[in-house]
Amino acid sequence: MAEIVSLQEGIRTLLNNGDTVALEGFTHLIPMAAGHEIIRQGFKNLTVVRLTPDLICDQLIGMGCVSKLVFSWGGNPGVGSLHRFRDAIENGWPSKLEIDEHSHAGLTNRFVAGASGLPFAVMRGYKGTGLEKYSPTVAPITCPFTGEELVAVAAVNPDLSVIHAQRADRKGNVQLWGITGIQKEAVLSGKKSLVTVEEIVDELKPHPGDVVLPSWLVTAVAEVPGGSKPSYAAGYYQRDNDFYIAWDEISRDKDRFLAWIEQNVLKGDG
Amino acid sequence: MVEQLQYTSDEMMSIAAARQLKDGQVCFIGIGLPSKAANLARRLHAPNLTMIYESGTLGAKPTVLPLSIGDGELAETADAVVSVPEIFNYLLQPGRIDVGFLGAAQIDKFANLNSTVIGDYKTPKVRLPGAGGAPEIAGACKDVIIMLRQSTKSFVDQIPFITSVGYGSGAQDRAKLGLRGGGPSIVITDLGILEPDPFTKELVLTQVHPNVEIATVVKNKTGWDLRVAEEIKVTEPPSKEELEAIRSLKSAGK
Repeated sequence: MAEIVSLQEGIRTLLNNGDTVALEGFTHLIPMAAGHEIIRQGFKNLTVVRLTPDLICDQLIGMGCVSKLVFSWGGNPGVGSLHRFRDAIENGWPSKLEIDEHSHAGLTNRFVAGASGLPFAVMRGYKGTGLEKYSPTVAPITCPFTGEELVAVAAVNPDLSVIHAQRADRKGNVQLWGITGIQKEAVLSGKKSLVTVEEIVDELKPHPGDVVLPSWLVTAVAEVPGGSKPSYAAGYYQRDNDFYIAWDEISRDKDRFLAWIEQNVLKGDG
Repeated sequence: MVEQLQYTSDEMMSIAAARQLKDGQVCFIGIGLPSKAANLARRLHAPNLTMIYESGTLGAKPTVLPLSIGDGELAETADAVVSVPEIFNYLLQPGRIDVGFLGAAQIDKFANLNSTVIGDYKTPKVRLPGAGGAPEIAGACKDVIIMLRQSTKSFVDQIPFITSVGYGSGAQDRAKLGLRGGGPSIVITDLGILEPDPFTKELVLTQVHPNVEIATVVKNKTGWDLRVAEEIKVTEPPSKEELEAIRSLKSAGK
């Protein structure tokens, strides 16, 4: 049964320095507030797993929380570069960032394998690309039935998986809908999981296309209204596209970035 | 007298790309230039184009151009929204998608694409966003359409990193690598159109847009010794209807 906790308590009790932490939400239901709490509590040396490390990973990297990033697309969607991510890779600021880079299909299958209790997943992909050459978690495998050469990707089993969802009930059953991405697999592959939700309600009413994660599959649930802002939560609020555009300027300059974090994350509770 | 319509090279590129999509096709779309061209096609000659974005939105019908592949409107207007494992494993991997529509930072003469780094991988001069869905889109779709602006920086002899395979080092490579999709059939740029030679798979300039000099494309805009087709066509200029449609496309967040 999932425990209902505060965000602060959830991050403090479930995360440790040096952990592998998945922060999922494929372009929707991004766990921004949880990322900010990780920054506030000053975690270090984390391996962050996220298909689309957008603004939240840029902020975690720029604040020196991340030593390794496992990812498949590292940009500011529709805007351009992630400047803190680039600065870490190109210039080692604020510290060197190790990467294990994949395609979406590949990292997706790493989560699927992790969720399935298997050491790897089999897929068609990567062949002929540089990714195959550089990633230590991609390897060729021969089909035992046909002899065909395919690709294996290693399972990922994060110490903690964090997602954001629309709602949970008081028992900790979680419900999410809209673009549901890789969130279910992220929770199921995690050794522990923390789900932040827009609201905790008495009863979960069915919603078209919803994914329900029963309470016994989730470690902890925290009520965090607006937990995906400035991204969005379908049915609750829209994506603040203007902020994504503004982030390009804020993040380009180190001092301006640090001042923004000081003002908006460290001093606040957002 | 025929009225001379004014248009930009980017408008010509998007319109030329939109014309390549056929009504009724199922198209896996990258954000940016491909998304604009596909949305244009859907407003013109291909109202039944099924647009798929990698966020799992199948048959999205956005009223404005999405800023991100995860924009809420894509999900709200979709025929179905599926999970990310489902879109890559069940829909893309078995070869169910007609057309993959990709952009990139760089391309080489065999239509291999780079969207990962400029410079050395471990110590890059410029770190780009990376692969996203592109490697498997390029591998598995029945057909691949590529669009990017043409210059000696983007059309290079050697790309530093192969993010997505076109034809590898030549005609035999896709089969050797086990890539089951057909590979790129066309590259649309702001200057013209390139197509792979049927035998060698090396890209050949087969079409230039109006008022573009072939010599300029070859000498000043391509980083390798670009072959030119014996009979080169000139793109039909944009029609009034096409220009009105592209100018009525509004972008989210802009």
